[in-house]
Amino acid sequence: MATVELTFSALPAHVRTARLIATAVARRAGVSEDLLDEVRLAVGEACSRAVEAHRLHCPDEPIRIELCDDSGRFEVTVIDVAPSEDADLAGAAAGPETPTANGHELAGLLPDMSGFGLAVIAGLADDVEVIPSAKGVRVKMSWPAVNGLPSSA
Amino acid sequence: MDLKLDHRTEGRLTIVEVEGEIDVYTAPRLRELLIDLVNKGNFHLLVNMEKVDFLDSTGLGVLVGGLKRVRAHDGSLELVCTQERILKIFRITGLTKVFGIYSSVEEAKEAHGRDK
Repeated sequence: MATVELTFSALPAHVRTARLIATAVARRAGVSEDLLDEVRLAVGEACSRAVEAHRLHCPDEPIRIELCDDSGRFEVTVIDVAPSEDADLAGAAAGPETPTANGHELAGLLPDMSGFGLAVIAGLADDVEVIPSAKGVRVKMSWPAVNGLPSSA
Repeated sequence: MDLKLDHRTEGRLTIVEVEGEIDVYTAPRLRELLIDLVNKGNFHLLVNMEKVDFLDSTGLGVLVGGLKRVRAHDGSLELVCTQERILKIFRITGLTKVFGIYSSVEEAKEAHGRDK
């Protein structure tokens, strides 16, 4: 069972709440202070992606987050139930492409920002796994944590 | 923290002051402001991000969108940012090569003065 579980309706306003809670649990789990900004940003990106997907496909369904601190790692899983496009997700999770053209060729430089969220996560989290399926996407990411919480906490 | 936006004109530069968090919830307000400024003929924008606490890819998308718009008018959109936590996301995405990033408004104004 996750240490903390959170569900929220697919509204952009709730993404901030989700990342604040994730950061608070990460801090308590012993994630180092200099990694907390990365946790906050990565969780925000994953939740933003999920909210956008739900608003397109299933706006009434909630998004779920599981926060775990087992075995010396702080693990976050963001779970949506919107149908996914496997190829796009796999490509985005592989990491951001570094722009090579100069600014005057910007139109061709960033034709599509939609995969940027997952690309940013890939650049931030130690360990990222994106599991797409017909029933939705699980974005799992983790960081080292010094101390685990007692299971009764 | 919510997002606070303000802007002023200094010479040919329009300085946009941004304070707070730019995310999927607040970024549309910044997008509207940038579009409005461009529609009113402000093609040289300097976005001061020194008081931005949080920036995600939605915010990056808005800045890139703004840059595309001003470039269509031979304009510019540059940033003032010294915060490592904000600069990091620009580095991860490679956007440090796309945006001019200055350490102060004064430095950016001097650079624009030289470009005249």
